[in-house]
Amino acid sequence: MMTTLVASRVSPGRVSAVISRNVGALRSGPSYWIVLVSGFFEPLLYLLSIGVGVGALVGDLTVGGRTMSYAAFVAPAMLAVSAMSGALAETTFNFFFKLKYMKTFEAVLATPVRPIEVAMGELTWAMVRGSVYTGIFLGVMVALGLTTPGWALAAFPATALVGLAFGAVGMWISTLMRGWQDFDLMSTGQFALFLFSGTFSPVQNYPLGVEILIQLTPLYHAVELVRGLCTGVLGVGLAGHAAYLAVMAVGGLWLAARRMEKRLCV
Amino acid sequence: MTAGAVHPTVAVLERHLTLYRRLWQASVFSSFVLPVLFLISIGIGVGRYVGSIQDVDYLSWIVPGVLASTAFQIAIAESTFSVLGDFKWVRGYHAMRATPVRPADMIGGHLLYLVFRVEGAVLAFLLVVVFFGGLHSPWALVTPLVCALLTVAAAAPVTAFAASIDHDSYFALLFRFVVIPSTLFAGVFFPVEQLPAVVRPVAYVSPLWHAVELCRAATLGRAPAWPVAAHAGYLLACSAVGVFLAVRAFHRRLED
Amino acid sequence: MSRRVADQPLIFARGLVKRFGDFTAVDGIDLEVAPGEAFGFLGPNGAGKSSTMRMIGCVSAPTSGELRILGMDPVRDGATIRGRLGVCPQLDNLDPDLTVRENLTTYARYFGLSRAEGRRRADELLEFVQLSDRANGKVEPLSGGMKRRLTIARAMVNEPDLVLLDEPTTGLDPQARHLLWERLFRLKQRGTTLVLTTHYMDEAEQLCDRLVVMDGGKIVAEGSPRSLIQSYSTAEVVELRFPDGLDGNAGYAAKLDGVGERVDPLPDRVLVYADDGDSAVAEVHRRGLTPASVLVRRSTLEDVFLHLTGRTLVD
Repeated sequence: MMTTLVASRVSPGRVSAVISRNVGALRSGPSYWIVLVSGFFEPLLYLLSIGVGVGALVGDLTVGGRTMSYAAFVAPAMLAVSAMSGALAETTFNFFFKLKYMKTFEAVLATPVRPIEVAMGELTWAMVRGSVYTGIFLGVMVALGLTTPGWALAAFPATALVGLAFGAVGMWISTLMRGWQDFDLMSTGQFALFLFSGTFSPVQNYPLGVEILIQLTPLYHAVELVRGLCTGVLGVGLAGHAAYLAVMAVGGLWLAARRMEKRLCV
Repeated sequence: MTAGAVHPTVAVLERHLTLYRRLWQASVFSSFVLPVLFLISIGIGVGRYVGSIQDVDYLSWIVPGVLASTAFQIAIAESTFSVLGDFKWVRGYHAMRATPVRPADMIGGHLLYLVFRVEGAVLAFLLVVVFFGGLHSPWALVTPLVCALLTVAAAAPVTAFAASIDHDSYFALLFRFVVIPSTLFAGVFFPVEQLPAVVRPVAYVSPLWHAVELCRAATLGRAPAWPVAAHAGYLLACSAVGVFLAVRAFHRRLED
Repeated sequence: MSRRVADQPLIFARGLVKRFGDFTAVDGIDLEVAPGEAFGFLGPNGAGKSSTMRMIGCVSAPTSGELRILGMDPVRDGATIRGRLGVCPQLDNLDPDLTVRENLTTYARYFGLSRAEGRRRADELLEFVQLSDRANGKVEPLSGGMKRRLTIARAMVNEPDLVLLDEPTTGLDPQARHLLWERLFRLKQRGTTLVLTTHYMDEAEQLCDRLVVMDGGKIVAEGSPRSLIQSYSTAEVVELRFPDGLDGNAGYAAKLDGVGERVDPLPDRVLVYADDGDSAVAEVHRRGLTPASVLVRRSTLEDVFLHLTGRTLVD
């Protein structure tokens, strides 16, 4: 997740040379599966380090009138981040790669398949991958006593919605990308969201202007929705967060399909 | 030697610097901005709830940790794709091999370049941290030295690894199973004493923990967990073993 | 033993062997290359040319046998020897993130040259390989021929005593090849010692004063292109293509027995070696044979190679 992101972006000129020359291997062979499986451990490690480790220093936290352990506060945020970065990795990096280098889509689009259907197919794969991650993560949370099985079941569809929303927007973004260097811009944004979307501390602590700004960004809504369900604090606000994500999903898909029509069916 | 002549190690360093002059913009975010954002989010945001730890505020406590882990990550990240790439795609090391440059010069030049990169990030970070009031002792002046030692201790073994593999997907494993756990559990964000006793030795193995201890001792002006000589000795030992392995790996890869 | 360096062969090998595990790439070869010579290794892929070149370039240690480069031991004095060699490898290894000129100035530093001297030589060499107008551009957009010329310029940056070129024109289009040959010929005229490998007989004929033909790790013939043709072939070769019949080309070859000095049936044609091609053609017709096409040409190294090994060079 984040650290890998930091590390791999240090010299993008070189990295992109590696990527573009190493094309075939990206989505085939055992290495892809190793990477896929190992991707799950990152949010878990963050949960253990910041949630449990730093959590021991923090003690309990009172948010919105409810007291919870710091780990219980951070865990849903890591879950939302995991859903986001899983969906984005699949729909931006891999999607862009196929769009630009493998010409997969041009071959597919020569058949009666419509761009929107291609986009849906890609998104479905991203969702499957993301759901496996979040499902296991919820299991770990239950085992650590950070949520109850009932609320975990309730949160699961919410994580799917988060994945769908970010996946759809990610796909749109990758149709706009000019080259690998644009991934730097994207990961910069992704990292800022990761740090400041109420993930590690409640947004109410930020200055009012910053707080309002954060409330406009997508990961904030994802974190709030997932946290509300995992901790069992229900409210009308949750519907608002869900609506925000649903609009992202629909809008992202619509824009992605439109861009693909333009780009491929000239 | 005639005037203006240059040692092969320095020639290799110059090559990396020439490349960096073209690509430096991309590193600004990861080397300078990111550590500061991290400090604000965790140090200040979460620090508010932590209060004080070991008699200092949480921000001051994690400053040396974030400092050392920045050095650690730059050292490792720059020893992965670019090293493998210079064997496999760019073949820059093969080009050097046809000249008087020896594998030891290639590794020496690479490590000197990394120290340069790390020192840039370390000095910028220290400058920012002064304004946050995160330094409590003039001993903070030795942290660049500790970070230079950490750079070699971390980069040399990874360089050896990168020179021995054939496919870059191993790097994802390196980051996920070595670099990230090291960063998260090596005393950067919370004391390693909090770790279960069975896990603690893993932190002691990581060169990052030793550098964090030394940096924290320096910025807070107190004694580290182990004697200074033990921490520094461990980092030196990692460096020596790493350089030995790297030279051997370069020889193997460039021979035949 | 007080021979002056200038009299010594630049390359001296006796019983040189290179093995990779069970595979013997170079199987006991003897060589001597004198200063100022243009020397070639001709042979098909896998003949052991590149392995020999890597040993001469001091990047691969001989398994056994004696090898001296510039009078020195390549294992012990590798770095010193490499300082006086120029190497143009088979696979381009220019730095794509540096400019054309920076590729030369950076490389010059590897040889310990001062920055000013590196810049001076870079500009001079870019002029020589006709890339001055691309000096500040990137390497990536250069054509294959331009990249190869830049690699050759890079190999010259230390004013080497010996230039090694491994398949210098493989993969280039005919026009780029001719331009490159012309530049290499200029180098040769300046007195630079060239050692090159190739599987193109025309390249060997154009550039080499003397060459060895390699096959299966061994040297099968040695001499100037002209003397090799004289020893192993005839002045002219007649290429005959027949319509189907008579059990294929072997059948036709039997009918041609005694025409010229030798007859060689290939899958697609029959070669007749004769010093006088025209009279050989006349004899073919006298025997009542009616080939679909007839070509009389000069004998080449390709014919030499075919005679020596029974195989063609480029398959």
